[in-house]
Amino acid sequence: MDVVLLSRIQFAMTIGFHFIFPPISIGLAWLLVIVEALGWKKKDEVYVKIGKFFGKILALTFAVGVASGIVMEFQFGTNWAQYSKFVGDIFGAPLAAEGVFAFFLESGFLGLYLFGRNKVSKGVHWFAILMVAIGATISAFWIIVAGSWMQTPAGYIIQNGRAELTDFWAAVFNPSTVIRFFHTFDAALITGSFMMAGVSAYFLVKKRHEVLAKKSMKIAVIFGLVVSLLELFPFGHESGREVAKLQPEKFAAIQGLYTTQSGAPLAVFAIPVMPPPELKAKIEIPNLLSWLAFGDPNAEVKGINEFPQENLPPLFITFVSYHNMVVLGMLFILLTALGSIQLYRNKLWESKKLLRIFIWAIPFPIFACELGWIAAEVGRQPWIVYHVMRTHDAVSTSIVPGDLLFSIILFFLIYLLIGILYIYLLVKEIKHGPENITEREVLS
Amino acid sequence: MDLNLIWFLLVGVLIIGYAILDGFDLGVGVIHLFTKDESEKRIQMNAIGPVWDGNEVWLLTGGGALFAAFPIVYATVFSGFYIAFILLLAALIFRAVSFEFRGKVNSIRWKKLWDIAFGLGSLLPSILFGVAIGNILRGIPIDENGNFIGSFVDLLNPYSILIGLLSLSMFTLHGAIYLTTKSEGELRDRMIKLISKIWTIFVLLYVVATFFSIFEAPYLFDRILNNPLFWILFILLLGSVLYLPVVVKSAKFFLSFILSSITIASVIGLTAVSLFPRLVPSNINLNYSLTIYNSSSTERTLFTMLIIALIGMPIVIAYTIFIYRVFKGKVEITKESY
Repeated sequence: MDVVLLSRIQFAMTIGFHFIFPPISIGLAWLLVIVEALGWKKKDEVYVKIGKFFGKILALTFAVGVASGIVMEFQFGTNWAQYSKFVGDIFGAPLAAEGVFAFFLESGFLGLYLFGRNKVSKGVHWFAILMVAIGATISAFWIIVAGSWMQTPAGYIIQNGRAELTDFWAAVFNPSTVIRFFHTFDAALITGSFMMAGVSAYFLVKKRHEVLAKKSMKIAVIFGLVVSLLELFPFGHESGREVAKLQPEKFAAIQGLYTTQSGAPLAVFAIPVMPPPELKAKIEIPNLLSWLAFGDPNAEVKGINEFPQENLPPLFITFVSYHNMVVLGMLFILLTALGSIQLYRNKLWESKKLLRIFIWAIPFPIFACELGWIAAEVGRQPWIVYHVMRTHDAVSTSIVPGDLLFSIILFFLIYLLIGILYIYLLVKEIKHGPENITEREVLS
Repeated sequence: MDLNLIWFLLVGVLIIGYAILDGFDLGVGVIHLFTKDESEKRIQMNAIGPVWDGNEVWLLTGGGALFAAFPIVYATVFSGFYIAFILLLAALIFRAVSFEFRGKVNSIRWKKLWDIAFGLGSLLPSILFGVAIGNILRGIPIDENGNFIGSFVDLLNPYSILIGLLSLSMFTLHGAIYLTTKSEGELRDRMIKLISKIWTIFVLLYVVATFFSIFEAPYLFDRILNNPLFWILFILLLGSVLYLPVVVKSAKFFLSFILSSITIASVIGLTAVSLFPRLVPSNINLNYSLTIYNSSSTERTLFTMLIIALIGMPIVIAYTIFIYRVFKGKVEITKESY
């Protein structure tokens, strides 16, 4: 095993694990902004209870997110030293900006939100959760700036053996930043709604805390429907168009288009096999891909055969992860739409089957986030910076495979432990429910 | 003043900010490891509960700023100190989750487990930061292309371990002083006793480390005696260290916290002044050292980052002060506590 492969495994593992948590925190934080505003304005204790209960879930998730995120800030230096030297002039700035504009804001005000409920006025307390939500969102923005620059680099020139900044705003708002930000941020909102909906559904099925659960379910389902629809159109759609325009090899790979054609069909289902690359058992809709990508049903879409072999991303994993993400996205619309219809007909509280599905659907948006991330990042390979620097040129030269095996095993064990404990404590917190909080706290 | 110099100062400010703020909660963690009484442990954890996370952000932002301003240093030091950094990160991960996990299960064993994770997660970084600084001060094997060519074992040398113990004593002292501002009665009395012991250890270690440095890294003393900044920091250090026991004795705890903060700032300031303009000396050839000029980003990036810092940091400082004011005073255990 070489240093490049091991470094990639470690990076994928650490980021993949970390990326479970921020979407939940961002989504829940914005939902709590709504909940706390209702509690404050309506002077309704039930909303305060919802806030306290989901605040505990937010705190747990946030803590694991912070813990797993510490590694991220330093891993570019430890494992990708050549990359850090080459792009440091551009890539360090968004990471530093994330610290200055986001980390301080979210962590400081989360402390105030969780521990300051009785120490500050209701308005200041609401402001605290608003700052947590804004901070988490700004954090997402800056890290997406960094990630997008690797996909569609802009605002730089190559000189003195490195990439040097020429235009800060061009680098920040590189061609894929804005759409990737909305696409990812909206995915986080979906993740938060499904967390809140699933937990509320659990209480409704168990006939516990029903007054509270009906209110939180209502907020989560309606909010969830809006954000799930927005994810399909415009965010998902525009994301796809951006890839088609700017990264045609990646587009061909995720769509499974192996030969260039006009009036390209959209593969709804298929099993990619290779070599040579081919789709088996496929179900296609004629001309749809051309129309979706370029707004013209007869437009030509470039296939994999157009590009040199050494510039191609892995085909199987990109196709499969992208398609499963889309399927899950459709499922979110279906579920939240059914939920909203039942809500409108005043029958949601009796629809036990649907409620049960909502419980099981809690992790689905997380899967969708991970799949989307895999499609985007694996689709960028073999480049670490698209068409500028190759991944195998980017690793640290001073580390040996033994070092990496040690760190991979160590992080794997730590994350496994923390992951299991997170789920255990989350389930425990949910089963415990929002009431009796005082009683338990006195015991501990 | 050129931008490289400004960024040398700003990275220094971030490191000092981190050492003062996370320093006291690392110190509280170390003290926690040796505390037996359960209610004292809870007071200790809740004394830092609402603020530790914000304090650790100083480290993350410092890392980001180092990456942005001096990417060659970021890349060379972190990849060179690979195993040490992985251990540091592992410790910080355990420390971060232990706050949230500890109180969630009502079992003595569970609590003990996370007490140990929190304690070791504070002890290990307190030492490792010093070990890293020690290695940087004595120089690391950097070749003419700015690449690190040493190994992990080289990092464990008597000088660096001494600096590791020095940073441990400095943070523990700072943590004990912080706890006097947050507690009453027995716990506070115990802390006052602890302060006088650790103060002695800290002063001894600092004197020994200074003399050791003359042999280990003579270049640190090249020009500093003519540097007025050196003398200002030296006098600040001397004054704050010597005045500290007097202030603790007369029970002015907040003032003693300010004094130990000044001590930390001047210790780090003196280190920075003696390194300047080098950031990482090379022990192969001093001319291969990474300096604030040969390891920096371009002027454009440094300028952009300066604007970001000038807009962002005043806002950060304003709301940090606001949040600390909300939580000022003695710890009260309530139902929201850890």
